[in-house]
Amino acid sequence: MATASGLFLSEQNRFLVRRLLRNRAFVVGATLVAIVLLAILLAPVLTNGEPNRLAIRMRFRPPSGDFPFGTDNLGRDMFARVLYGGRLSLEIGLWVVVLNAVFGILLGALAGYFQRLDGPLMRLADALMAFPSVLLAIGIAAALGASATTAVIALAVVYIPRTARILRASVLVVRELDYVHASRAAGANDWHILFRHVLPNCMAPLLVQLSFVFAYAVLSEAVLSFLGLGAPPTVPSWGILIAEGRSYIREAWWLTVLPGTAIAITVLGLNLLGDGLRDVLDPRMKIEQS
Amino acid sequence: MAEPLLSVRNLTTEFATERGPALAVDNVDFDVGSGEVVGMIGESGSGKSVSALSILGLLPTPPARVRAGTAFFEGQDLLRLRASELRRIRGRRIGMIFQEPMTSLNPVFQIGDQIGETLRVHEKLGREAARRRAVELLDRVGIPSAAKRLDDYPHHLSGGMRQRVMIAIALACNPRLLIADEPTTALDVTVQAQILELLRALQRDSGMAILMITHNMGVIAEFADRVVVMYAGRVAETAPVERLFDHPRHPYSQGLLDATPVLERVERRLRTIPGSLPTPTGIDPGCRFAPRCELAQDECSRARPVPVAIAPGHAAACFRTDASAQWRLA
Amino acid sequence: MLAYLVKRLLQAIPILAIVSLLSFGLIKLVPGDPAVVMGGTTATFEEIEQIRRNLGLDRPVYVQIGAFYWNLLQGDLGNSLLLGQPVVGAIVERLPVTLWLASYALALTIVLGLATGIIAALQHNTWIDQVATGIALIGVSLPNFWLGLVMIVVFSVHLGWLPTSGYVAPTDDLAGFFRTATMPATALALLQIGLLTRITRSAMLEVLRQDYVRTARAKGLSEWSVVMKHALANAMIPVVTVIGLIFSVLISGSIVIETVFTVPGMGSLLGNAILRRDYPMIQGGLLFVAAALMMLNLAVDMLYAYFDPRVRVQ
Repeated sequence: MATASGLFLSEQNRFLVRRLLRNRAFVVGATLVAIVLLAILLAPVLTNGEPNRLAIRMRFRPPSGDFPFGTDNLGRDMFARVLYGGRLSLEIGLWVVVLNAVFGILLGALAGYFQRLDGPLMRLADALMAFPSVLLAIGIAAALGASATTAVIALAVVYIPRTARILRASVLVVRELDYVHASRAAGANDWHILFRHVLPNCMAPLLVQLSFVFAYAVLSEAVLSFLGLGAPPTVPSWGILIAEGRSYIREAWWLTVLPGTAIAITVLGLNLLGDGLRDVLDPRMKIEQS
Repeated sequence: MAEPLLSVRNLTTEFATERGPALAVDNVDFDVGSGEVVGMIGESGSGKSVSALSILGLLPTPPARVRAGTAFFEGQDLLRLRASELRRIRGRRIGMIFQEPMTSLNPVFQIGDQIGETLRVHEKLGREAARRRAVELLDRVGIPSAAKRLDDYPHHLSGGMRQRVMIAIALACNPRLLIADEPTTALDVTVQAQILELLRALQRDSGMAILMITHNMGVIAEFADRVVVMYAGRVAETAPVERLFDHPRHPYSQGLLDATPVLERVERRLRTIPGSLPTPTGIDPGCRFAPRCELAQDECSRARPVPVAIAPGHAAACFRTDASAQWRLA
Repeated sequence: MLAYLVKRLLQAIPILAIVSLLSFGLIKLVPGDPAVVMGGTTATFEEIEQIRRNLGLDRPVYVQIGAFYWNLLQGDLGNSLLLGQPVVGAIVERLPVTLWLASYALALTIVLGLATGIIAALQHNTWIDQVATGIALIGVSLPNFWLGLVMIVVFSVHLGWLPTSGYVAPTDDLAGFFRTATMPATALALLQIGLLTRITRSAMLEVLRQDYVRTARAKGLSEWSVVMKHALANAMIPVVTVIGLIFSVLISGSIVIETVFTVPGMGSLLGNAILRRDYPMIQGGLLFVAAALMMLNLAVDMLYAYFDPRVRVQ
């Protein structure tokens, strides 16, 4: 618990950062994510900046010096399309993470701290979690109609119960710690205790969970887009690129293989990042190691 | 004196840590005679358990590594045996019981199976024969209505009962040596006495030797024929039990005794030993007790004391055994 | 044991109620008029009216809910607009294909996932462990439908070893089943293999540290018996709890994998329903799958009690 509260203490913060930098999974994961982010942010510089420019004469060029990722059936530069496509994929993932953080904290804290809300909220979470995650996302997205917003809502609804459950579990533990009892005995009100003492100590598991949610969201967004439930293909996401490339899989393997590799690298990076964070931040793991 | 049953020499075990190797056991010598009860005493971290586990090859390697030494048991050096040969000794010639009866039994198997397993492996008994022997064993370790308990799972039993089951497992093949690693530490005081009583009765009946590891002088006084006092991975003193209590010569042993309440001398104030155990990663050429020792002189921190024979069967690894004899009386 | 089963079944009822309500409510999420969305751009006014009447959308909500549950209790999930056939019938028809495929994937998962996890734990901190955990990590990071496409590129297009699509029932032709189902099953399983490897590895590492494992060694048991009997019996407890999760992910994964490999199972049925906005099919399919998986989880809990005697007593 000392390390969890340490998130907000600068001296212990430095100690945590040092431990993180010594953790190989974290370093490799952070590097992969950083590379992907940089490539996507620098897309206007790295590419011709026109992912949708048609060049019918340049159709189906395999990867080469001119076109590192080749060209598609309409002669569009796949390198530009993959980098620009990544913007949408990561943006959707990021929004899912933000919604998860907000609602996960809110619902998890309410359920964990106020016992009367615990039963109903957790039954609702159980029901949502009774659906396989991808299936539920598909169902919601199918009902709402294909769009990027739909994908964000569908994926958020799927993962929020899981995040809330994790937060609730750590709130339940922290709530019973001595200093929380002490602060209650000193007459502090519930909201003060919750926000000042309980929640800050639940940030470590939340952070770990959010990095995994980001990874799942990027993967699931690809599934939704592949099934035609994501954003419309004017600004393609990675999933849409794969779906489009599928028709030409016999003549142009790069159209499917390369966008998928981009997803794989991003998700691998996020998973490693999450593993590293968990190793360093999760108190249970710490106890096991000592 | 006849050849000892177990003879350990120069046993040295280290653990790999983030700060480099740590010596947990440093050149330890001790013997256990046939049918003898030897008490091994020391604070936690003094290397008692690690010594015992090293001998049986039960330490997780890595991080642990037995770096040097010999441990002759019935003519074989346990530290040089192949894994398969050592397995024929573990559980058959040497039984072992542990400190934590609550976690030492496998939670998902019935206790009858856990006892019978040893017999089936070592004595090639069939299922039924092993079950019959398991009932006898449970009876022998004082578990009431033994036949009915065979199908119980460990969580059905209390801590004391579980330790009795552990003893039954360890004694299944009538071993010549029982290593008991703090077998009563985790139990209630009344249960402790019962378990010690049981061990003593079993020892008398079977004539096996016991190496009793403990940090409790009371257990030593009640139980042991001879004592090995460990400090910071080394043997500080070995002596017959009465001699140790009457004439301890290592300042650490004296400190241990002074920190032990004795019923006949209630008026005496208990003394504590100042300081704490040195970290095992530090390298010091001298006596490891010197920093805490009231009698320490310059030489104590310069060279490592070798055991000095004081009387038959009594030796102390200390430069100041002459001074310590007087000091205690003061 | 029976009391436990009954208790768990009773606990499942409120969750099932919410689950069914959620799948009923799905159609209420459709922006605008669902009948118009379903009819598509070419539908005439009369056709849309017909759809609305068929689905009962012209009636008040409480009547709709009542009808929904009344039909549900009789095992009726409505009619598919696309196939013109009852949803339940269509699912039951396609279900065996998906179950065979998912079972094949589950078998791959359990065999490979357990073996890799155990080996990695036994070789903790060696290069073998690192390779195994590395592969497992990559496994959980790949989009499974993409892996399916890559396998098609390699094994069908370039090497010509396996067909790109189709399905043969194992009861008709076992070799044909393996020829057609191996790529889809592998694509489905890879993520789960990675997941199971990671869980098995950490469970084994945890268990191998326990005192009772030391006791087993002190008894003079062989290393095989220590690991495969004493340790594994305990490590199976956390592993069993994720088998239900794994099966549920396999089933939902089959939607996209069956679409990729054009396997005529429940997954592609749902996938098509989604593309064509066949809401009764989507709702019914979701509800069916969720209910089936809840029953499966119940079975897993029973299995859990089998592996952990401590649960049995309560």
